[in-house]
Amino acid sequence: MSEASAPLLKIENLDVHYGAIHALRGASFSIAQGEIVSLIGANGAGKTTTLRAVSGMLKPSAGKITYRGEDLAGKKPHQLVAKGLCHAPEGRGVFPNLTVLENLHLGAFLRRDTAAIHEDLEKGFGLFPRLRERAKQLAGTLSGGEQQMLAIARALMARPTLLLLDEPSLGLAPQITEAIFQIIEDINRAGMTILLVEQNAHLALGIAHHAHVLETGSVVQSGTGRELLKSPEIRRAYLGE
Amino acid sequence: MIELLQHIVDGLSLGAIYALIALGYTMVYGVLKLINFAHGDVFMLGAMMGYYASAKWSGEAQNPSFWGAALVGILSMAICGVVGFIIERVAYRPLRNAPRINSLITAIGVSFLLEYGGQNLFGPTPNPFGILPRREALNLGGLSLGYVDVIVFVVSIALMLILQRIVFHTRIGTAMRAVSWNAQVASLMGINTDFIISFTFVLGSVLAAAAGLLYASKYPSVHPLMGLMPGLKAFVAAVLGGIGNVPGAMLGGLLLGLAEQLVAGYWSSSWRDAVAFAMLIIILLVKPSGILGRSDAEKV
Ligand SMILES: Nc1ncnc2c1ncn2[C@@H]1O[C@H](COP(=O)(O)OP(=O)(O)OP(=O)(O)O)[C@@H](O)[C@H]1O
Ligand SMILES: [Mg+2]
Repeated sequence: MSEASAPLLKIENLDVHYGAIHALRGASFSIAQGEIVSLIGANGAGKTTTLRAVSGMLKPSAGKITYRGEDLAGKKPHQLVAKGLCHAPEGRGVFPNLTVLENLHLGAFLRRDTAAIHEDLEKGFGLFPRLRERAKQLAGTLSGGEQQMLAIARALMARPTLLLLDEPSLGLAPQITEAIFQIIEDINRAGMTILLVEQNAHLALGIAHHAHVLETGSVVQSGTGRELLKSPEIRRAYLGE
Repeated sequence: MIELLQHIVDGLSLGAIYALIALGYTMVYGVLKLINFAHGDVFMLGAMMGYYASAKWSGEAQNPSFWGAALVGILSMAICGVVGFIIERVAYRPLRNAPRINSLITAIGVSFLLEYGGQNLFGPTPNPFGILPRREALNLGGLSLGYVDVIVFVVSIALMLILQRIVFHTRIGTAMRAVSWNAQVASLMGINTDFIISFTFVLGSVLAAAAGLLYASKYPSVHPLMGLMPGLKAFVAAVLGGIGNVPGAMLGGLLLGLAEQLVAGYWSSSWRDAVAFAMLIIILLVKPSGILGRSDAEKV
């Protein structure tokens, strides 16, 4: 198979347990290079769990994850970052004890291309001017929304091939949320593949090439973003109609 | 006045040694949330290796020289760095995901192993220690500054500056601080957390070895249980400054050394050892997160 036709990421029959809790039950889907794929679902459906399994934070009890044709079983998160697979976790996840600038530099921890890192830093400051003003400040002193901006800017500092984004709009004002979704579309157009988990189903489906609906740990519906936006069940369950 | 100054100088010299040990407790606590009770015994091992290197493996102790002492110091610090690495690898890493209490009990076990293994290996009786050339104390208008104290100040200040530099101004130091906040999120940045934890143990053990050599130069004898008291007191110093906080460990060590010396000087030297524990009780009552501990926001 050539790189172009094989999916970038393939998840097959994934099962994850937290002790006795069966959080993922045979979830399957795949992502092609260059796509935005959205995962939607109710609270507790297993979205975050899926991302954690892909980034190596959790060990699946069954199933297979393939990235660029390679089985990811047993790989640690830091090894996956080196392969261009980055996960911006749910709930900010910035380091409050480090400065904003240190947080951003950690995003580029494995990169050695100093000049390009500096460029990306400037780009990040361009996207979120607030971060430049606060560069020397401890991240813990930022407001919730500013921390979320920092988390996103930091994820971009890794220049990932595949970016896993867990609820990037969490706690953000509507205008900022829209700006962030614009940024997601822009970086996707520039070549980054994105797996997006998002509560705001309207926005998530609106920018997705493909989307999957998770329900109690399984994929129950899939389609293009547009198809799902039109689907009556989806409109009822997730778009509040 | 001179008397007070003298106590302050002596107290800071002792405190600098406590600070060096306390740094190891606090850094390991930072990255692993583990009190490494074996840390005081690594301090002992540092002094003991200095004794072996200078009196058994060479004739350095007969005729000590400055460069000989530096060499002995580096050797002992290197050995302790390796021992620290092995302790983490063999004793703590397999328990990384076990309940905290298991690691704590293991830490006590490792400590016993070093203490009683040490008695077996090195013999239970104290041995004389001397790696520094003997020099007259400096007399600064009535204030006497021992040659050993000068060395203690120079070495400990240099080591603390280097450490401060590593922790706050290097890539690996930034990674250490990230791991100390949240190891899982740190690993998502591409940080190899196992490597950072090993590095932290090595760093802490090297500092403990340096402290052991300085302590044995100040109170010139070595024996396998010599790490008990200084180890405990340095732990108190780390808690005093705010466990997990690097500048806090330095401050806590200096404060404890000062307090001990002042109490011993003005009151009674039999109260010397009680000072540390009185301070521990007070800080736990008044500000459990320590002087520089910012409840949750600032670790390592
Ligand atoms: N650490 C954990 N221990 C035990 N159960 C967990 C743990 N993390 C998640 N779960 C359970 O696994 C299920 C899936 O959780 P997950 O976090 O993946 O949901 P989610 O789809 O991301 O939800 P949300 O939209 O609320 O973020 C839930 O029932 C949750 O209670
Ligand atoms: Mg979630």
